[in-house]
Formats: sequence, C-alpha cells, structure tokens
Amino acid sequence: MLQINNLHAEVDGKPILKGLSLSINAGEVHAIMGPNGAGKSTLSYVLAGRPGYEVTEGTATLDGQDLLALDPHERAAAGLFLGFQYPVEIPGVSNLQFLRTALNAQRKSRGEAELSGAEFLKVARAQAQALGLDMEMLKRPVNVGFSGGEKKRNEMVQMGIIDPKMAILDETDSGLDIDALRVIGDGINRIMRKDDKAVLLITHYQRLLDYVRPDFVHVLANGRIVRSGGPELALELEREGYGAIAA
Amino acid sequence: MTALALPTARQEAWRYSDLEAVAAVWPVPPAERINVAAGESAVRIVAPQAGADGVVIADYAVDIAAGGTCAFFILNIAGRLGRIAIDVTLHDGAHFELGGAIVGGAGQTLEIVTTVNHVEPNATSNQVVRSVLAGTATSSFLGKVAVARDAQKTDASQSVKAMLLDRTATANAKPELEIFADDVKCAHGATVGELDRQALFYLESRGLPPAEAKALLLQAFVAGAFVALEDDGARADLEAKALAALEALL
Ligand SMILES: Nc1ncnc2c1ncn2[C@@H]1O[C@H](COP(=O)(O)OP(=O)(O)OP(=O)(O)O)[C@@H](O)[C@H]1O
Ligand SMILES: [Mg+2]
Repeated sequence: MLQINNLHAEVDGKPILKGLSLSINAGEVHAIMGPNGAGKSTLSYVLAGRPGYEVTEGTATLDGQDLLALDPHERAAAGLFLGFQYPVEIPGVSNLQFLRTALNAQRKSRGEAELSGAEFLKVARAQAQALGLDMEMLKRPVNVGFSGGEKKRNEMVQMGIIDPKMAILDETDSGLDIDALRVIGDGINRIMRKDDKAVLLITHYQRLLDYVRPDFVHVLANGRIVRSGGPELALELEREGYGAIAA
Repeated sequence: MTALALPTARQEAWRYSDLEAVAAVWPVPPAERINVAAGESAVRIVAPQAGADGVVIADYAVDIAAGGTCAFFILNIAGRLGRIAIDVTLHDGAHFELGGAIVGGAGQTLEIVTTVNHVEPNATSNQVVRSVLAGTATSSFLGKVAVARDAQKTDASQSVKAMLLDRTATANAKPELEIFADDVKCAHGATVGELDRQALFYLESRGLPPAEAKALLLQAFVAGAFVALEDDGARADLEAKALAALEALL
C-alpha cells in the first residue's frame, strides 16, 4: 500500500531524512520507534505534504500513486491520514463545520455523493461516542482549550469520520491517561484494522503496542531505518534502549 | 444648510480616501440622524451594495441618551470606494458598540471612520474592526475618541485587526485620542497579519482544498466583528455575505 524508496528530505536546507525505505502492505500495522530528533515526525510531514519539507531524492507511492506529486488535500483524498503529534488549534472554526467541509471535499474529489448535515452528524456522533469525546466539544473551535489528551482523542475522532485507508499516527499515545490509552487503542483497531487498510504508528512506548499489536517494528535513527523486526523488537528496545542499535 | 467643500487629503479623516471617487458623487447627503432615547437600545446593520465602479458614502450622526445603547454592525465590501462614517455622542452611562468587517480586493478603498464623543460620565464604547484585503485594496479605520472634561469613568476600547492576502494590499488603522478627563480607560490594539500556515496545513491535510481552507480561516477571522450581534439570523446573514466576498478574493 505505502511504498517509500530511498527518501531524502530536508528542512530549511538541513538534511533530515537520508535514504529512508519502507514498504507497508494492506492489512498491516507497522510501528516506528526511534530517538528524539531522528526524523519520525519529519517523515510523517513529508508524506502528508507539509510546505517547507523538501524531498531531494527518492519516491513515495500510495497504492501505486505518486504521493509526492500531490497537494496535501489530494493526498488526503487519496486515502492518507496524518494524526498530528501536536494538533493545531484553530480559533473560530468549529470542529463539525471543518470536518463536514473536509469530508465532503474528499468525497466530491472521489466522485462520491456528499453527506447531508444530518447524515454527517450521525457519523460524527457515533465516532465521538466510541472514542469518548463529548459531542459538545465537537461543536467548539478546533482544539481550542482542549487538553493534551482531548486533542489526541479528537485526532482519532477525525480519523473515524474520514475513514482513511492509510493512517500515520504520530505519537497519538503521548499525553493519554491509562484509560484513554485503551479507548484510543480500541479505536485504532476498530477503524483501521482491516484487510484493505494499513497503519504506521510512531511511538516511543510499548504500552500502545499492547493494544494495537504491530506486525512489524522499525527503528528510525539519523534519518533512516536502521533495523526492522517483529513485535519483539519493541520489547527489546524498551529493555535495552537505542544505544546499541542506533549508534 | 450649504454643501460642504470637497474634502482634501490634508484633512485627517480623508487622507487615505479615494478623493477622485469622492469628487464624482460630491456633495453627499447630510448624515442620517439616529437618536436613542434614555434606557433604550438600537441595533443598526449597514451592508451597502454597489457595483465595482460604485461609490458608497454613508454618514450617521448618533446621539445616545443616558443609559441607552446603540450597536452598529457594518459589512463594508462594495464599490470602488465604500466609506461609512459615524459620529456618536454618548451621554451618562450610554454604550456604543461597533462591529465592522471590511473585505476588499482589486483597487477598492474601504473605510470606516468613527468619532465617539464621551460627553458625560460613565459611558462606554467598544469598537471591533476586522479587515481582509487582497490585490491593491486599501482599508482604513480611523477611530477618534474624545472624552470631555467631566466624562469621568469613561471606558473606550478599540480592537483593529487586518489580514493581508497580498503584499500589495494596505491596511491603515489610526486611533486618535482626545482626553480631557483623568479617570478614563482607553484601550487600543491593532495588528496586521497573514494566514496561519500551520492551521492551513492542518485543514488541508484533512482534505480541504487550499481555497476552501483559506475561506474557512478568513470567515472565522471576519466573524470576530459580529460576535456582539445577538440576532442569530442577522448574524448568519452577514457571515454568509462576508463569506461570499471572501470566496471572490481566493
Ligand atoms: N524547521 C526546522 N528547521 C530546522 N530543523 C528542523 C526543523 N524542523 C525539524 N527540524 C529538525 O529535524 C530533526 C528531526 O525532527 P523530527 O521532529 O522529525 O524528530 P522526531 O523523530 O519526530 O523526534 P521526537 O521523538 O522528539 O518527536 C530534529 O533535529 C529537528 O530539530
Ligand atoms: Mg516527532
């Protein structure tokens, strides 16, 4: 589903990704771990098309489609979803208004019928309830005044509403309390654990992986994947740290 | 009453105006008088329409008696020149509220000019202006606050913010204070900014095309001028008109 080949990217002229390759098939969950500053968020931004993140070499395709040639909104319509490490606050724009406009823009570009206000509300209510986010919060401006954990829940509600085929979740587990972690983990499984979907989890801790069991674990250090393995690799990392691997 | 002389750029209240456009329609009708009786309240919505070459010059003279309230909500988007001027006199404990939105492109000149005279004690005024400008459009908010000698406990505030979509657009914000009392609170804030890039990317990453993402952010910005408008229907109507004007700029 997601094919990344020898990807090089720089920010402000500074090389961050230095030949990163990764292949994710439909039906799989991959986890990327790695030291602070390794380039994990940079990878997620490059794939989502954030301005200022310049690809200097390599390719990235989603179901064979050249992601790097698309604008951010086209990547979303192609099925890519990024759960932000730091969700952005947008005063004056309500979550519901924004999500309905976004979802309908995606559907329109795929030639699907747009959802009416009532149809959309039904979907939004179901997702908010499943993820334990008060519907009243969805009426408020995007992430404004949300706690750290509420912002992460909101990211997952958005994912549930948009129903993407490939989700990159950047530290969705950080800032969550113990109960929230389980709710979010269940949510990711419910929304994304499907034969025709795939997930890339960026995380620092095993605890999320206890709920969302990865098929593959990779270590990203210094802009490249330096090691890959099965779920046991995460446990090994937790025991021994990155020192030996990322050196 | 004889017609006033044609304004010149040397007059402070006209220095940013499109005087050629002014000359074409001069003399303009006298100011419309609005008198708000003691303890009463009035709401006025001003959203002129005009073609691209049109000229709108509208003057109001407002007198608010003791304890009265008058609120003006303005959507200034139309014409080559759109100028709305309000001269307000506030008596004891009266309140004047202004929510003004300006949305302009091409070579439009759009102005809101206010003079708020606090002539007696305890009166308050609050003025909020939000402008979005593209092309070589110019917006001006000239807000004069005059506080008479015995108008103690005056509380006057102005918040003026502009968003420039092109480097070639201009936003002028000129507060002018003339204060002769000593127990007075006057607050003024003015900013000029551009769209928040992080917010834009966040919206786009969820599938909004750039023009729709910008429209959503700008609509929220402009709506800041109408929060004090209590009539939901009237507010929705102004917001929809503002959105249509914004979409035409993107
Ligand atoms: N705008 C920028 N200008 C210069 N350097 C940047 C910029 N943005 C990111 N970097 C650098 O790129 C490197 C990778 O950052 P990135 O956010 O991708 O790390 P990360 O692996 O996600 O780390 P963490 O685990 O702390 O979230 C860091 O050294 C960071 O300082
Ligand atoms: Mg990061």
